[in-house]
Amino acid sequence: MKPAGGAPLLIMRAVGKTFSNGVTALDRVDLTLREGDFLSLLGPSGCGKSTALRIIAGLSSPTTGVLDWRGPPLAQTDIGFVFQEPTLMPWASVFDNVWLPLRLKGVSRREATPAIAELLERVHLTGFENAVPRELSGGMKMRVSIARGLVTKPRVLLMDEPFAALDEITRFKLNNDLLELWQDERFTVVFVTHSVFESVFLSNRIVVMAARPGRVFEEVEVDAPYPRDEVFRTSADYAALCRKTSDVLGRAMDAPALTKAGAFDGIH
Amino acid sequence: MASIDQSAPVPLDAEEMRRLRAARLERIGKWVLPLAIMCLAIFLWDRIVVWNEIPHYILPRPVDVLRALIDDRELLFTSLLTTLRITGLSLLLAVVGGVGLAVLFAQSKWVEMSFFPFAIVLQVTPIVAIFPLINIYVDNQTAKLLLCAWIVAFFPILSNTTLGLNSVDRNLRDLFKLNGATRWQELWHLRVPAAMPYFLGGLKIAGGLALIGAVVAEFVAGSAGQSSGLASRIIESGYRLRTARLFAALMLISLTGIVIFMTLTWISHMMLRRWHESALKQER
Repeated sequence: MKPAGGAPLLIMRAVGKTFSNGVTALDRVDLTLREGDFLSLLGPSGCGKSTALRIIAGLSSPTTGVLDWRGPPLAQTDIGFVFQEPTLMPWASVFDNVWLPLRLKGVSRREATPAIAELLERVHLTGFENAVPRELSGGMKMRVSIARGLVTKPRVLLMDEPFAALDEITRFKLNNDLLELWQDERFTVVFVTHSVFESVFLSNRIVVMAARPGRVFEEVEVDAPYPRDEVFRTSADYAALCRKTSDVLGRAMDAPALTKAGAFDGIH
Repeated sequence: MASIDQSAPVPLDAEEMRRLRAARLERIGKWVLPLAIMCLAIFLWDRIVVWNEIPHYILPRPVDVLRALIDDRELLFTSLLTTLRITGLSLLLAVVGGVGLAVLFAQSKWVEMSFFPFAIVLQVTPIVAIFPLINIYVDNQTAKLLLCAWIVAFFPILSNTTLGLNSVDRNLRDLFKLNGATRWQELWHLRVPAAMPYFLGGLKIAGGLALIGAVVAEFVAGSAGQSSGLASRIIESGYRLRTARLFAALMLISLTGIVIFMTLTWISHMMLRRWHESALKQER
């Protein structure tokens, strides 16, 4: 299978964000998200990747620029969000946590049950419907969080460093499972990460960002075919792509900070 | 959850055996020790009275107190019921008022900023100092006592519930926002459950305070009115040097306090046991 990328879904034009304290988190970001993309935003902390994600989600409004959504008008159910922490309601069962987005739309428990049962099976949590979050491991909590993000069958799934707090073995497994879900369901993913290896393994496009102010530095195409599995993870192709991405990231981190006026302050 | 199957024929090392024995001893000691100390204290109390020939109207023997409890049971239990009614009602009103105000405060920062100081003023002013005013403005004796106990009891509920309603995970709030939750949905599905542990903590404090409020109010009102709760029994017994009855009434008040606390602790445990840290058994 070829790396994905269909018709444009979202075109961001000169999107910037300046907070009231004067900090410019994001500066003139131009980015086109295509239908079926698995796009990673990669960069050091402070490069505005989470801010960009929040703006795409509509949780934060851009100071400058526009977000141009293409296709049918965007409904609330069209965006799923997975946070860095599992962010589950500790008092609610796994089922109730996954049900929440539907429940807020007025879907009853009975109506929601078949879809949730199927989704829980997809994330390998069948049998844990009635468990409460504290009874689950970190990886399982993240699976619940992903199921909750997908329960409304969103067109875009936004993920904010979802696996950063997990151990490596769990992260690899979740990477594989996420890719499988993505290939089957054909949703579009924007994935924020600071791991080169994770971004190369998962995405077809990596947008490397630079800090101070947060901006798009360079885009790396990952032209390895899907499905990707453990074989890919140990292949020379993968290693080469990681090196290439690493180089870009290295240059992004060395990139001089821009002054307020937008000029380079290259001379120190 | 980790439960130790003690019948399993797994040979345990010396350290684990010691730990097991210590745990068993602790389970028994938790009940036996306080009981033993209590018995010892009562015995000493009795001996001190006898040895020093203290007259019964200064310090009655434990037996006298028990006798007073039995002989005056009708009087005492009617009074107990009166005090219980005031306590229960004022606690109920404190819950309604405290939670109601907290929900109102949670709706708007402005409302909270404007009105919270009044709640604090009400809380920090000693109830005994306010009572003469209540005495002037309120005619009905029960209403007087209720108002008094309510003022004392509602603040911990209000302040805890307000704190709880505001201590919601920011990401969860974003999630609700993202899914287009209404204000009401956010309150009901997110803020209320999140506030539950805080509210229950406040309730436990308020339970004790409602009793204190009821008793104090009656003390202050007792001299002026014709109330018949346990506090007025204490005052009356004091005037008439019926010290044994005074002790009996005092015991009933303490016992009531203990029962209220234990009931509220149990309710809190039952409601939180599945998810909240405070209600979980410690696991190693």
